[in-house]
Amino acid sequence: MCLAIPGRVVELAAGQNQVGVVDVAGVRRKVQLGLLADDMPETGDWVLIHVGFAMSKISEAQATEQMHLLSMLGERELAMEEVRGYGQDEHATPTAATVTPAVNSAGISKRATEN
Amino acid sequence: MRYVDEFRDPELITKAAEEIRRLADPARHYRIMEVCGGHTHAIYRFGLKDILPENIDLIHGPGCPVCVLPMGRIDDGLSIAKESNRIFAAFGDMMRVPGAHGSPLEHKARGVDVRIVYSPADALQMARKNPDKEVIFFAIGFETTAPSTALTLMAAKAEDIRNFSVFCNHVTIIPAIRAILDSPDMRLDGFIGPGHVSTVIGCRPYEWIAKTEGKPVVTSGFEPLDLLQSIVMLLRQLESGQAKVENQYKRVVPWEGNRAALQAMAETMELRPYFEWRGLGFISQSALRIREKYSHWDAERRYPVPETRVTDPKSAQCGEVLKGVLKPHQCKLFGKECTPEHPIGALMVSAEGSCAAYYNYEHRKSLVTEIASVA
Repeated sequence: MCLAIPGRVVELAAGQNQVGVVDVAGVRRKVQLGLLADDMPETGDWVLIHVGFAMSKISEAQATEQMHLLSMLGERELAMEEVRGYGQDEHATPTAATVTPAVNSAGISKRATEN
Repeated sequence: MRYVDEFRDPELITKAAEEIRRLADPARHYRIMEVCGGHTHAIYRFGLKDILPENIDLIHGPGCPVCVLPMGRIDDGLSIAKESNRIFAAFGDMMRVPGAHGSPLEHKARGVDVRIVYSPADALQMARKNPDKEVIFFAIGFETTAPSTALTLMAAKAEDIRNFSVFCNHVTIIPAIRAILDSPDMRLDGFIGPGHVSTVIGCRPYEWIAKTEGKPVVTSGFEPLDLLQSIVMLLRQLESGQAKVENQYKRVVPWEGNRAALQAMAETMELRPYFEWRGLGFISQSALRIREKYSHWDAERRYPVPETRVTDPKSAQCGEVLKGVLKPHQCKLFGKECTPEHPIGALMVSAEGSCAAYYNYEHRKSLVTEIASVA
């Protein structure tokens, strides 16, 4: 929950919902962009994501640093698990945006066993 | 130093460490609090204590939302969700956190429909997909996650999704810092301000700490070099007798914060008169509840809440550890009754709690040393 996950906006959805498809290390998921309403990202921009919501725009170099930091903290797998879990209820009807299958349909995560 | 080869800039790390040694007055003892649980984790993981001179103590603050959540709130949330047509949706971090009557995972084993979500938006989507069920999202976190809950509430209202509600446990960091500063046994010299929380609230809310309390604050990034640079900035202020708010994490933290996020919080949430923090007790105006205009989506207004109170045993000295009076291992229960496997006090509950971090890195290390010396 407290992870800041870097990703690249690869697709913007039209309409009011302010959703985009973000690529995090090859995994593509829908991410909410509404918290960046004052400075909406464009396709190709990098963002930091918290609990499925993009919270800041960052540079590509910062995104690389952040991924490296997550690795150093031993949290990269948790972060990827979180990203794969975004939009899990939509996986019944896969779209181009959901390229990786849900890993958590059982509802129990490795993350929960961390402590 | 364990992870030195992984650091991106070993030379800069060495320089920062030298600068810290030069700035630290050997006649003084420094107590610097890092407020955020993410910083606590990074400090242990990178072995930063081994780099710092002995007269600089890092005190681990209250910034782990899972740790400070009173146990009774978990019981209350689960008690609402127990009815047959309801779904209890929460982040994975919550699943093993014990309530007095068991954790969410144990409730799942007993047949309660407990599900992990990774985003509040997905809890709302669960409600859209299950119109015959009532989805209760167990919201938790500081200002880092509160805006996401806020936007989700706004979406629920805009679409009039009636089978969704939020059991709100969001807390705000500033009153917790105030409570720590107000306690008579407080001995802090300065603060490493949180990184991601500051992305939302900006740096202004810390100004009173510098102006009124005379303690410097530096908001910091999470890399080893970020944390060391923040300590350098704090020591420079302390050396020159200054107290101001500085932003080390400028690459992510805007001084004014994130306006859209703050607006979403203000639209949907208001301060509670008081809220209990595990380890710190009741703190006034320290948590958020859902505004009346969103009452339909407020689980606390929609369902009866038992208001379970569970007090930690008096022997657990979480409050003293939070205030920097005791080190984690100086608590009477540390590593004996209270371990990450069987947490008794707040700070052992999540991996980012200071006692759990201390246990996982320092305590286990010392046990290995003991065993090695016996052999």
